[in-house]
Amino acid sequence: MRAIRPQSRLRLDPAPSRLAWRLQRLMLTPAVRVGLRIGLPVALVAAIGLVWLGSADRRAALRDTVLEMRRAVENRPVFMVHMMQIDGASAEVAEDIREAVSIDFPLSSFDLDLAELRSLIKALDPVKAVAVRVRPGGVLQVDIDPRTPAAVWRSREGLSTVDANGAHVAVLAGRSLRADLPLFAGDGADRAIPEGLALYQAAAPLHLRLRGIVRIAERRWDVVLDKGQRIMLPETGAIEALERVIALDGAQDILGRDVARVDMRLAARPTVQMNQDATREWWSIRQLSGQ
Amino acid sequence: MMNLYQTQRSMRNMRRAAMQRGVVAILDVGSSKIACLVLRFDGSTLGRDEGEIGSLAGQSGFRVIGAATTRSRGVRFGEITAMQETESAIRTALQSAQRMANMRVDHVIACFSGGAPRSYGLDARIDMNGEMVSEQDVARVMASCDVPDYGDTREVLHAQPVNFALDHRSGLSDPRGQLGHTLSVDMHMLTADALVIQHLAHCIKRCDLELAGVASSAYVSGISTLVEDEQELGSACIDLGGGTTSLSIFIKKHMIYADTVRMGGDHVTSDISMGLQIPTANAERIKTLYGGVKATGMDDREMIEIGGDTGDFEHDRRTASRAELIGIMRPRVEEILEEVRARLDAAGFEHLPSQQIVLTGGGSQIPGLDGLASKILGQQVRLGRPLRVHGLPQAATGPGFASAVGLSLFAAHPQDEWWDFDMPSDRYPHRSLKRAVRWFRDNW
Repeated sequence: MRAIRPQSRLRLDPAPSRLAWRLQRLMLTPAVRVGLRIGLPVALVAAIGLVWLGSADRRAALRDTVLEMRRAVENRPVFMVHMMQIDGASAEVAEDIREAVSIDFPLSSFDLDLAELRSLIKALDPVKAVAVRVRPGGVLQVDIDPRTPAAVWRSREGLSTVDANGAHVAVLAGRSLRADLPLFAGDGADRAIPEGLALYQAAAPLHLRLRGIVRIAERRWDVVLDKGQRIMLPETGAIEALERVIALDGAQDILGRDVARVDMRLAARPTVQMNQDATREWWSIRQLSGQ
Repeated sequence: MMNLYQTQRSMRNMRRAAMQRGVVAILDVGSSKIACLVLRFDGSTLGRDEGEIGSLAGQSGFRVIGAATTRSRGVRFGEITAMQETESAIRTALQSAQRMANMRVDHVIACFSGGAPRSYGLDARIDMNGEMVSEQDVARVMASCDVPDYGDTREVLHAQPVNFALDHRSGLSDPRGQLGHTLSVDMHMLTADALVIQHLAHCIKRCDLELAGVASSAYVSGISTLVEDEQELGSACIDLGGGTTSLSIFIKKHMIYADTVRMGGDHVTSDISMGLQIPTANAERIKTLYGGVKATGMDDREMIEIGGDTGDFEHDRRTASRAELIGIMRPRVEEILEEVRARLDAAGFEHLPSQQIVLTGGGSQIPGLDGLASKILGQQVRLGRPLRVHGLPQAATGPGFASAVGLSLFAAHPQDEWWDFDMPSDRYPHRSLKRAVRWFRDNW
């Protein structure tokens, strides 16, 4: 007679196999656990994303969607700029700026390139410095620091005003429009305006007779007075030379005489050129006196 | 000698690495069960010298975070006889302990009871010329011990300095910094069969683990079971295991003798199995449920179903009285205890000031054993359970876990051993070679 319950000779071994043992130890290793908990999901999501982006059509569609959303946000009324306000500039300059900038308002503030606007306006001659910003209320605020004309320069192209550093400000139609400013002439005079202005100040005693100052050969100055008189100044020490002439004039009234030019180019030997009539007169005087 | 230094020192380094990582596994490879504890060190006691006894009796620095027990396979008399079987049993225990700890363990400290441990007392004496004793001198005096010839097939398991004496002052535990003319040391050396240790190391290596220390289970049971005054005044711890009964004698907080009797609970079981003609599993079951060593009149009337698995109704319905069962168990238990008595007498246990005997191990749970033991071993007998340590599950607090708990304490606070001291410089072989070369150059 056999036992009713089956003889289960095949008892399960509780011991883990070598593989199961190693696997358990591997799974208990901190690096592996972190890798599985964080690294695996990240890698999975990245892989799905890369596969999805593998197609050019889907990439383009995604880009279009993003751009559309971006436009929708940018074109909201709070971001729109409706007008440009220019402060600190005269009417003509403001007109020039409007012409140069040429923006069609209204425009989203995201489409405004303020840095480029700034450089564009700064490139205009009458503008020394500029601040451009978008003010609340949709106003593009342009604050201009204009150049102030300090002199009139007569060049081969015509008359123009320049500021104290010689930078071009505006074209001038006639000298009489800015009779208050000193006049300079000659090539390269604009590059030496500060020196010229100093000379002009030194020549203040001759103010009523002074016509202008001429740059000669881009290295030295001639002071031009009325009646065609010229004071030729040296390259260096021009102001001292001019002061000597003024002092001479004060003492001997040299410029009141019939003199064509006073040549101070050689400091050791100032030379005076007389007019033709004066020279002839002087010769006859000398013959009469029998010298 | 060199080999011993190197292997033990490398195990010490491994233990230090494990402490640094903070996790170490404790493995008690016994004949009837394999217990595994996973300890986590919180670092509070690392690198701090707490003196003789730390806070909470030196068990504050760690916590048990995983514990598992499995039936032992392939181990007889505390020695591995079937490598594959034992390896898979170790894997089973470690796997469930790791799962409970939820942490990977790489270092293992193991203890075993087999290998016929044998104790030797060593002593040495060196001249100090009234100088201060330095660590180098301690190493020197220990190295100058006269090591007996313990055989090529054996290896030193423990070598602990037990006592230092400076001139006529004895009983020093730490002579460093003191002055004297002669320094002498008494050491206790425990050797075991080298092959047994190698088999254990090989088994652990096959599980991809590093062996960070080996201890004798007689020693570690004593650490966990004996209370402080018993360790101080002299006592013996008797660990009644499955395949072996190990005993260790402690005095002045040091083990001075250890031995094993190659009989244990498994022999009682096989006696029952043979006497009642039943399978071993049944014998183990009725031993655990009904066993005892002292019969009373009541026991004659208490009949036990001893069962069987043959399918024959008459055979499978046999019964035996509890008195019969006790009659089978008692002679074997008496034999074990008498063998222990003989070992204790051989060790000179009766000369100790206190002769406390503590019974522990799974076998000590036999009802009435303390009465029987006091008849054979002496009056001062008590049943011992291991210390409570942090995080130890309730299931692992019984006397059967004395050596596992003791090994945890040993792992946290190891006793200074011979190899913890630097080898004196004149023992290095390359130095002596260099010195010989120099002597040769100087004289020729």
